[in-house]
Amino acid sequence: MATGDLDVKYVAHLARLALTPDEEKKLGAQLGHILGYIEKLRELDVTNVEPTAHAVPMVNVTRADEIRPSLPHDDALRNAPKKAGGLFVVPKIVE
Amino acid sequence: MLNHLTISELTAKLAQREVSAREATQACLDQIARVDGQIHAFLSYDVADALAQADAADKILAAGGSDSHRPLLGVPIAVKDVLAVKNQPLNCASKILGNFVSPYDATAIQKLKAAGAIIFGRLNMDEFAMGSSTENSAFFTTRNPWDITRIPGGSSGGSAAAVAAQECIASLGSDTGGSIRQPAALCGCVGLKPTYGRISRYGLVAFASSLDQIGPFTKDVRDAATLLSAMSGVDPRDSTSVPQPVPDYTKALTGDIRGLKLGLPKEYMIGGLDAEVKASVDAAVKKFQELGAEIVEISLPHTDYAVATYYIIATAEASANLARFDGIRYCARVDGADPIELYSKTRGAGFGPEVKRRIILGTYVLSSGYYDAYYLRAQKVRTLIRNDFLKAFEKCDAIVTPTTPTAAFKAGEKSDDPLQMYLSDIFTISCNLAGIPGVSVPCGFTNSPKLPIGLQILGQPFGEETLLQIAHAYEQATPWHREKAPC
Repeated sequence: MATGDLDVKYVAHLARLALTPDEEKKLGAQLGHILGYIEKLRELDVTNVEPTAHAVPMVNVTRADEIRPSLPHDDALRNAPKKAGGLFVVPKIVE
Repeated sequence: MLNHLTISELTAKLAQREVSAREATQACLDQIARVDGQIHAFLSYDVADALAQADAADKILAAGGSDSHRPLLGVPIAVKDVLAVKNQPLNCASKILGNFVSPYDATAIQKLKAAGAIIFGRLNMDEFAMGSSTENSAFFTTRNPWDITRIPGGSSGGSAAAVAAQECIASLGSDTGGSIRQPAALCGCVGLKPTYGRISRYGLVAFASSLDQIGPFTKDVRDAATLLSAMSGVDPRDSTSVPQPVPDYTKALTGDIRGLKLGLPKEYMIGGLDAEVKASVDAAVKKFQELGAEIVEISLPHTDYAVATYYIIATAEASANLARFDGIRYCARVDGADPIELYSKTRGAGFGPEVKRRIILGTYVLSSGYYDAYYLRAQKVRTLIRNDFLKAFEKCDAIVTPTTPTAAFKAGEKSDDPLQMYLSDIFTISCNLAGIPGVSVPCGFTNSPKLPIGLQILGQPFGEETLLQIAHAYEQATPWHREKAPC
């Protein structure tokens, strides 16, 4: 749980987040500070403690498998930055 | 002065045909025109649409429309910019969403509309609900109506300021770590975060899905109970909403709290707690005793670990939730040579500094080699924190604490130090980790300058009736909720 090895550039790549060199530097310092604070969780013994993902755990929430109206096509495309022929337009993925 | 009314006062006058919904809505719009140039609570509002909704409400009222089926008929309610309202803009106070217009209503909004409410305005907030002051809004900082050099709290700062400045009858916000209760405390209104699962999150833009809840800002506890009754209930569109029956919460407001046990956590009387805040909370505890409640000391031993736990879990969930803002189906797209570059550039240009900070932190704590050390450990500490509360509730019916360690701070005071800002949420964060309900009610003022102080009451899971019963009895026995901001 070392705090010195947060490679901001690498993590930003994982997060698909373009940062300027200035942002990388500033974030690195701030996050080092925050991670230093978070270190305090190591003081606790959590052996045999079950993790909590949700405060009100519910499992196997299902609904009837039936056809219902959904968001109309035009509404789904309404906020598209680029669209054509009723589809979202994206850059070429496969050469 | 119709904009000064509570929901219960306004609906009584509307039912008597003493006033019209149009007059009430116009009074709110006039107040916005008069004061919002200084307060900056609203990102936008549509005058014609608000008045058209008011006219529609007046038509139903004129036709003898029944109050019991539409308990909010003709009541103007403003909305935090994180909830989808069909055909209205939705930006989460961020630049990344560009000109996004909601194609559907959030379930909570749908329910309020069905109850007759006039849904208007987009209220300012910290970008994507990340912050405690609205200083992280990409557009501007909202000001505290009690002192415009100070922040209103956050992230739902616009929602609290709009109610305190009498710009609407009530408003909606969302609370992930205190984002309803903290600004309610700092602006002197009532703010309620319900039990996780009480209100559907469908149509609430997700920040941390296991912590987020929608809740009301109101001028008194009765109005909070009214809005909670209107918005609660299981929803097939949110599989984390809980199928618990929805009572009429106003029926719980008996004014009588004799024999109820209120717990005081010894860990909340920390250093850094302002002397005037402490004095007000101490006085509130005395008031509870006068009202016949029994005070018991309790312990929440893992309190000191709550902020660290929260900033792992909340950022981890946020980093996953915010992946959807990639410039493909919506967002202000920045083009790139390939999809990866398009995502990165869009997100780099669109997100503000605090959102970037949390995405990076959240991505890091989930990344290979760190997951167990950070995220899994935090989830285990979350269990300890939740168990603290469940154990405490074996000894008491509700827990009483300050909502915030200090009254409203000055704009700019903490904005350069993210960790200091995070630590100001110390009293509100555990409640979200435990999934329990919490309410903040006004409990006094600092002396000079005169700033509101909030009392937080935390209840058992789905214990909103007892929670509101206690809050209401206190409110009715004290003068604080009748004080109005000077603007």
